[in-house]
Order: sequence, then structure tokens, then C-alpha cells
Amino acid sequence: MTITLTHFLMLSAVLFSLGLFAVITRKNAIMVLMGIELILNSANINFLAFSRYGGMNIEGQMAAIFVIILAAAEAAVALAIVLNIYKRFNTVNVDEISILKD
Amino acid sequence: MVVVFSKSIVYSAFSLLFTFFGVAGIYVLLNADFLAITQLLVYVGGILVLLLFGVMLTTNTVTIDVKSGTMNIFPATVVIALLAGMLGGIFWTSDWFMSKQTSEIVHTTTTTEIGNALITTHVLPFEIASVVLLVAVVGAAMMARRERANTNP
Repeated sequence: MTITLTHFLMLSAVLFSLGLFAVITRKNAIMVLMGIELILNSANINFLAFSRYGGMNIEGQMAAIFVIILAAAEAAVALAIVLNIYKRFNTVNVDEISILKD
Repeated sequence: MVVVFSKSIVYSAFSLLFTFFGVAGIYVLLNADFLAITQLLVYVGGILVLLLFGVMLTTNTVTIDVKSGTMNIFPATVVIALLAGMLGGIFWTSDWFMSKQTSEIVHTTTTTEIGNALITTHVLPFEIASVVLLVAVVGAAMMARRERANTNP
């Protein structure tokens, strides 16, 4: 049994689903960030799988590199936002920060 | 699995570490060695450390309250199960175009190609990415210290 493109796609689908599950169910904002990282990783696996098996030689890897760069920038900014939220509200649970509703 | 379902957020962070290592191994399998090294450096060295800092700074470790609750657990499970089934079904049944020259394994390093492509055909995204990183660093620093600047005077 050889490993084909489908196996990598299934793996990335599982990773994407778990990441989305973490994003929409966890209360802690840092857990939401971890889910976002999982989603970006699954997108990267898809890029690399298509660039490996689809005949495009390097383009998928370039896209994956830019995804990694944006993930790093997003993590830094999101951590700064989470720290500010913690300073102001003294919690990082995303369902308790609802003063915009009032 | 443990990343999502673990109650303790520290356990989640450490299992996220192993997930990143696994994804780096998948990159090596996919002939992307430079991406694997970049994954290890950026994710394990950078993002995971940032997340752990966030965990440590936002939870009172004196009072052991690092549990993280969940919400909307049942409808989310249903929706995610439906989505996973749909994605898996689509991926499994599609007849993907497979290149002919991929049957033999070619073990070449891709670092040279990536470097050439970065300074020839992908110059504009490269420069935009550098500007985005600069803006992110400056913005994160500004957001992290604006609070103290307001309270001091």
C-alpha cells in the first residue's frame, strides 16, 4: 500500500476539524489561538501535498512559507491583544468579555 | 486529539508541541525539507513559546486554575462531525490529477530552489511579508506597553 495524495488530504481534514472544534468550543482565548495554529498547519499540509503530487514543483512550498510567516505575525499580535484583555478584564475567557453587548 | 480535548491548558500546549513535530515529519515525507526546518524553528521555537508565555501570564499559577472550560459542546460536536465527514468524503472520492513523475522518489534539497524563487518570481510577496512582520512587531510592542503609559501620568 502506497501513500498517496488522498492520505495527506485526509490527515489535513482531521487536523482542520479538530482545530475548528477547538476554536468554537474552548473558552480560553489561548486555546482558541492553538486551534487557529492547527488550522493553519492543516492548510500547510494541503499546500505541500498538492505541490508534491500535483506536479507544481515549488509554488506550494512558497505559499506554505508565507503562511508560516503570517502565522508568526498573527501569534505575536494575538498574544499582545490577549495580554491587554487580561489586564483590563482580569480574565481570558471569551464568553465573559461581553461589554460590547451592553 | 489531546490538544483539543485536554482539560488542562498546559497539557494542551505540550501536546501541541508533539503535533508540530508530527507535522514537520509529514513535511519531510512530502519532500519539503526546508519547510520542515522552518516549521520546527518558527512553530516550536517561536509560536509555542509565545503561547506558553501567554498561559503563564494570564493564569494565576498560585491558585491552580489552569483548567479551561468548554461551551456549546453538543452542537459544536454535531457540526464538526458533519464537516469532517463532508471533507473526508470529498477528499476520498475525488479523482485528483496526479502528476506522472511522482512515482519515483526524488530526494533533493529544496533550499536552493526556494531561495532562487524568493528573489526572482516571489519578490513582491517576500517584501510584503517583511513589512507585515515589522508592522506586527511594532504593533504588538505598542499594544503591550500602552496600558502602562496611560496609567503612569
